[in-house]
Amino acid sequence: MLRDITIGQYYPADSVIHKLDPRVKLFGTLIYVISLFCIKGVVGFVVATFFMAGMIALSKVPFKFMVKGLKPIMILMLITALFNLFLTPGDVLVSFWVLEITKEGVQNAVLMTIRLIYLILGTSVMTLTTTPNQLTDGLEKSLRPLNKIKVPVHAIAMMMSIALRFIPILIEETDKIMKAQMARGADFENGNMLKRIKNMIPLLVPLFVSAFRRADDLAMAMEARCYSGGAGRTKMKPLTYVKRDYIAYAVIIVYLLLSLLCGRI
Amino acid sequence: MNIIKARQLVHEYIRRDEEGNVESIQTALNHVDIDVKEGQFIAILGHNGSGKSTFAKHINALLSPTEGSLWVDGKDVADEENILAVRQTAGMVFQNPDNQIIASVVEEDVGFGPENIGVPTETIWTRVADSLRSVGMLKYRNHSPNKLSGGQKQRVAIAGVMAMEPKCIVLDEPTAMLDPNGRKEVLRAVRELNQKKGITIILITHYMEEVVDADYVYVMDKGEVVMKGTPREIFSQVGKLKEHHLDVPQVTLLADILRQSGINVPLGVLTREELVEAIMRIAG
Ligand SMILES: Nc1ncnc2c1ncn2[C@@H]1O[C@H](COP(=O)(O)OP(=O)(O)OP(=O)(O)O)[C@@H](O)[C@H]1O
Ligand SMILES: [Mg+2]
Repeated sequence: MLRDITIGQYYPADSVIHKLDPRVKLFGTLIYVISLFCIKGVVGFVVATFFMAGMIALSKVPFKFMVKGLKPIMILMLITALFNLFLTPGDVLVSFWVLEITKEGVQNAVLMTIRLIYLILGTSVMTLTTTPNQLTDGLEKSLRPLNKIKVPVHAIAMMMSIALRFIPILIEETDKIMKAQMARGADFENGNMLKRIKNMIPLLVPLFVSAFRRADDLAMAMEARCYSGGAGRTKMKPLTYVKRDYIAYAVIIVYLLLSLLCGRI
Repeated sequence: MNIIKARQLVHEYIRRDEEGNVESIQTALNHVDIDVKEGQFIAILGHNGSGKSTFAKHINALLSPTEGSLWVDGKDVADEENILAVRQTAGMVFQNPDNQIIASVVEEDVGFGPENIGVPTETIWTRVADSLRSVGMLKYRNHSPNKLSGGQKQRVAIAGVMAMEPKCIVLDEPTAMLDPNGRKEVLRAVRELNQKKGITIILITHYMEEVVDADYVYVMDKGEVVMKGTPREIFSQVGKLKEHHLDVPQVTLLADILRQSGINVPLGVLTREELVEAIMRIAG
């Protein structure tokens, strides 16, 4: 069940979106996320929907694969929606016992749910079409100016790319340990929250032990391959803008303007 | 010239308590002498804890000697200035395939080493393609390592080392976590690198079958080199191998039992074919 998380997984395919410079995709995702929180009306969401649908179509990642990424945050979405539904003051539509549903509440709940879904879908377009290495390369290069104020940009980027590489591995391992313990009678599914959290502890210990062992091994493997920080490194895939990247920037700007214009409608 | 030359090499793991006082000393290598000529295929055998990995890490300058010395391609590993050169000359492949692949795409992982040593971009691409081809993994270049089998992952790791154009590759139990098929794949790749590209191979292993083709074998126990010789010389001493907690290949064992029961098969039989031939000869 943990394997359904698609964030941080790369989906190899030969598409324009895959080929775009990661800096463009980072910028695009940022703009998209910001726009989602500015949009308040139906027309705005239509624009956002078209933009995202276009990106998904261009990326050649099956829609089914993207939707899988939504499953793990279902509960979060539900909670957010319920909070909005019941706790927004305004014109009361129905009320029973101490609970009241207001018109604004319904609006907010729908809005928040759509936003969250779009947020996840939008960011997964980026993570599914960009290898973690490209992504961190993109970040590293975009954030390079911070080097001047002594932020270790390369180290941070390297840490992120390794974390992303090991997320699927650690998830798989958690799954394995869970199954092994379930086979011996451990129960992760029943009981109240507190009990379930307590049941998780025997899961965490072996997971941490193995994560530290992996980190140790990996550090040694990197050293053995002459890794010694960012200085003096060359790049196999250096980032350079080509025509399609400038076009993409233009498309993003157009989208930004459109969503600002139509956002309130 | 010997590409690897160890003289009276000693390594002690020193455990200290919080105040820095020595708590215990574990001698993992005890006056080891090992010589490897360029282009050779060397195997190192030994029971758990015999010091094989410790030796391997010295060849890659991941550990430095407590006493004695080790030269890799004429460079002293104890000298800080040589570290990068030594690591370039002698690449290292580890046991766990998952914990040595750094990137999320096969070709990017193979390019990691050359990037670190500052190889220009175009050269990296040709090196990556060449190394992946030499281990038969070129068609997987755009795959995620997570979707590969253990044997394939290990071959990617070997390609990653090859891309740094080393003269020598040290493999520390590269097949320990693989199934029999994966094991064969990896060994075939290693043997080809040795024969076609003349890369010196140092293979550390538990599996006797993998040692049969080696040019020379060292057997270690408790940090010392206790036996050395050609595979035939080593495997003709079944009793001594057992003393060091090592099993011999099944065929060799069978031949040995036959000998002891008075049938005149030669010493140190290594393959099934040899044994069949010997028995046929005796049977007339
Ligand atoms: N980091 C360490 N700290 C302390 N002692 C260690 C360390 N690594 C290894 N040792 C000890 O040194 C000895 C040799 O270990 P080494 O890992 O070299 O053996 P090995 O032949 O590779 O064994 P295996 O077949 O299990 O891999 C062992 O007794 C081990 O306990
Ligand atoms: Mg070992």
